[in-house]
Amino acid sequence: MPQQDPALRHAAALARLQPDDAERARLERDLKAILRMVERLQAAPVAEVQPLYHPLELPAPLRADQVTEGDQRALHLALAPSTGAGYYLVPRVLD
Amino acid sequence: MQGVLETARLLEQGDASSEELTLDCLRRARSHGRRLNCYISLAEEEAVLEQARASDQRRARGAGTPLTGVPLAHKDIFCTRDLPTSCASRMLEGYRSPIEATVVRRLREAGMICVGKTNMDEFAMGSSNENSYFGPVANPWDPERVPGGSSGGSAAAVAARLVPAATGTDTGGSIRQPAALCGVTGLKPTYGRVSRHGIVAFASSLDQAGPLGRSAEDAALLLHAMAGPDPLDSTTDPRPVQDYPAALAAGKERLQGLRIGLPRQFLDERLDARVGELIQESARLLEQQGAVLREVELTHQDLAVAAYCVIAAAECSSNLARFDGVRYGYRCEEPRDLSELYLRSRTEGFGAEVKRRVITGTHVLSAGYQEAYYLQALKVRRLIRDEFLQTLEETDLLLGPTSPTAAFRRGEKIADPVNMYLSDVYTVGCNLAGLPAVSVPAGFTGGLPVGMQLIGPPFSEGLLLQVAHRYQELSDWHLQHPPEPPPGEPGQAGGTPP
Repeated sequence: MPQQDPALRHAAALARLQPDDAERARLERDLKAILRMVERLQAAPVAEVQPLYHPLELPAPLRADQVTEGDQRALHLALAPSTGAGYYLVPRVLD
Repeated sequence: MQGVLETARLLEQGDASSEELTLDCLRRARSHGRRLNCYISLAEEEAVLEQARASDQRRARGAGTPLTGVPLAHKDIFCTRDLPTSCASRMLEGYRSPIEATVVRRLREAGMICVGKTNMDEFAMGSSNENSYFGPVANPWDPERVPGGSSGGSAAAVAARLVPAATGTDTGGSIRQPAALCGVTGLKPTYGRVSRHGIVAFASSLDQAGPLGRSAEDAALLLHAMAGPDPLDSTTDPRPVQDYPAALAAGKERLQGLRIGLPRQFLDERLDARVGELIQESARLLEQQGAVLREVELTHQDLAVAAYCVIAAAECSSNLARFDGVRYGYRCEEPRDLSELYLRSRTEGFGAEVKRRVITGTHVLSAGYQEAYYLQALKVRRLIRDEFLQTLEETDLLLGPTSPTAAFRRGEKIADPVNMYLSDVYTVGCNLAGLPAVSVPAGFTGGLPVGMQLIGPPFSEGLLLQVAHRYQELSDWHLQHPPEPPPGEPGQAGGTPP
């Protein structure tokens, strides 16, 4: 097995992705190239600058605490790959 | 197939019926659309013709709106009830949304008839439409070249005269760049002008929906129907929507003394020389009509792509965490345990570019890297936004190219993601700053269309459309269209997954 870049391995694990060897090699090369490109951000004059999370900095509007949608359980369960007895089904977690 | 305005006139004057035009759109989608691969799914014929007949009856009763009975296509990122919403991903292949996007609902209520869902880069990540699970889209001007992305199917369908207009979304240029590369008009509104409810999320602080059409007039008609506050999207702005179509007529007067800034960083040596000449010629045309040109500086422009790459990737890694193979979307076969279900469903369900961005985004948000990359990019975003706003106080709008080159060849950049991201060098700044911008056809190089971009201050869509419309009164680039292919055997529209 080829040696893995620890940063890539960590990010892939956090992102719940499991690239195969060929894909991992491509991702490693691409991630390095992207990080090289974004490295230029480090030289920006931002010592006194606050992060801008949202372009218009709108205040979050509040709305009345009222139920506006009824029971949507059946509607949403119908979209799931696997359901049973009104629940989502996944592989057993505990034996 | 005519544009929106001409189609509306035909319907109004009784020279055509919505039923005839809708059927024509479907037939063209199955023939030429199949060759371009610009549709992922098409409306069921009898159901959509029934809607068209109802539109004809409404018009006959005098109960129509200007858009009643006019066909359109939606990018396959908008949730629809009648058609599946795949976002061009295996992850959502065949997905039927329980909700309808506000944009879809508003255009439906305005009377438009949705004939199909257009191809795109998977989850709107791409600048060439080569990242679709349903295969690449061909540029109607040269099938060996890309149509741009991510709204490449919408731009190609409008350019090829398959449909009067289409919707798109723009996170880093995904309306404007394909509009430029296909020779159509595409508008990215101010962040908050159009509801994002029911649009599959890519990067929530950057995503915005808008129209692609033949002309500024068509874009104005669609935007007027799409825009406005929406209680289902708390980031929509409460101010009322301007009557964009009515405002267009004032474009001639509006140009008198209009201060147009030409950002030096948009017109430097990195721009294709012929594209640069065409943009300068377009600026001079507006100057001859009374506009005042001046060079301006956007000193932080060189950081825009880098900041965008970090922020968009971070937001996409968060948004796409919802695809876990449990509640909806693709699930792998026979996972041994829950961990494998997550890992294999996501690894098998996402394409290469989506995985690249999710991993990049996860990395820049992870402990030890967040401050160096993500927070730094957000600070640079403020520099870029503030500089745009300050420049737009000294000028009324900015003018430059939409894309550094005309359409490039398929395969030319796909193996080099950084080079691909640089395709959006002139467009991402508007998304970081939340500004509106429009791309209009401004000439040709080597037989391929070139787009001019106009950028305005927040909520200046009316001004942008006025100037774009006046430019189109003075030029005929937007009236050019690619050659019609020879009639072929009708096929089944819709791309083919690998």
